[in-house]
Amino acid sequence: MTEEPRAPIAGSAVLRFAPHVRFRFDETRQAWVVLAPERLLLPDEQAVEILQLIDGGRSVDNVIDELVRRYEAPRDVIAGDVIKMLQDLVDKKVLR
Amino acid sequence: MTRIEPPLALLAELTHRCPLRCPYCSNPLELSRASDELDTASWKRVLGEAAALGVLQVHFSGGEPLVRRDLAEIVRHATEVGLYGNLITSGINLDAGRLAELVEAGLEHVQLSFQDIDTASGDRIAGFAGAQEAKRRAARFVRDAGLPLTANAVVHRQNLDRLDKIIDMAVALGADRLEVAHVQYYGWALRNRAALLPSRDQLDAATAIVEGARSRLAGVMVIDYVVPDYYAHRPKACMGGWGQRFLNVTPAGGVLPCHAAETLPGLEFSSVHEANLAEIWYHSAAFERFRGTDWMPEPCRSCDRREIDWGGCRCQAYALTGDAVRTDPACALALDHRLLAGAIQNSSAAAPDFVYRQYSAALRRSPEPISRPALE
Repeated sequence: MTEEPRAPIAGSAVLRFAPHVRFRFDETRQAWVVLAPERLLLPDEQAVEILQLIDGGRSVDNVIDELVRRYEAPRDVIAGDVIKMLQDLVDKKVLR
Repeated sequence: MTRIEPPLALLAELTHRCPLRCPYCSNPLELSRASDELDTASWKRVLGEAAALGVLQVHFSGGEPLVRRDLAEIVRHATEVGLYGNLITSGINLDAGRLAELVEAGLEHVQLSFQDIDTASGDRIAGFAGAQEAKRRAARFVRDAGLPLTANAVVHRQNLDRLDKIIDMAVALGADRLEVAHVQYYGWALRNRAALLPSRDQLDAATAIVEGARSRLAGVMVIDYVVPDYYAHRPKACMGGWGQRFLNVTPAGGVLPCHAAETLPGLEFSSVHEANLAEIWYHSAAFERFRGTDWMPEPCRSCDRREIDWGGCRCQAYALTGDAVRTDPACALALDHRLLAGAIQNSSAAAPDFVYRQYSAALRRSPEPISRPALE
């Protein structure tokens, strides 16, 4: 048994899409989609913007910084939304 | 209905042949034979049409898809046209070589079924000696190949008391995901309902176990839980609504809104030989028949959940009431809801023997002798 309790994602974590998860643009729907095992996600515009910053290089903090810069919004508001979404996708094994 | 969206996923039933004989199989009672199956070229054409229509994921299912020798060729074509390929398998006859071929062809994910935790019970439910061991081996091959693994456990009154151990087994096998699916009562499962339907106590215990495991295993293994209709208060949104998200192609090429739809009388389903998938999806009478809300009777028609559960399941309404247009009896508001209470009551008796899945020639009784009428 190799159970490890879940650790909340850290600001310094560099997330990437799990193997065999595809984030791609669908021509038919003219929309971005996430294709994963037993999952098909149709992210809204804001989620797409966040997912496009998940490039295997940026840390979670860098992603938040970039969104703060783009939206000139308070950092804690953006950080809350972003971490909640990313944590959910880590729990679903879409990101790791 | 304002606008018909393209389908998200295709269930490609490549064959009805399967080494297992599970008594809750979702295939129809009348199984297709190998000689009726679509050939390789037809499947490739269908996959191309599906991708052009907007399908994103294809689930290769059956029967057992591995009995098709052209499986890798079909998977490769799905990959080439941009579909995300998922193999739904019993794992029997899966070996490292076969799997490597499928990975090379672009397969993205494997869903592997388990009938129980141990050889005696697993093999008995599957109706196949050696099934459980073959499945354990198959899980190892999938993990070694680096593919994500979903374990699928269909649960019912004869294995539900071991659900905690089923969950432990899935973790030990390295599954990323476990689908705990209560039996859905169609086809073979409906025939075996008295042997399968759990008690309310079993169900409540199972639900508590799933909830506990979900929080304990967060980040380790995802657990999807399909609850049984028969104890529901509101019906499931079957297939996300008729003709709204999914389409199914049968081994012989029938195009259906769901895999059980051929049980409904009065609907003519087109075949992939007669029309392309887009024509069938957007224009066939069978896909139009229960799409949206216009077809609904009361209490669905004026219900504020009509666009959430879409009236439940047409096949279940038909199977239980004889009328496909009625509200799914799984809904507490349905006139026929009491039919489920009756079935639940009967489930407290001793479980009868399974009627295992098999081809219909074997199912038919030998003709009874006709005695010569007595001469008056």
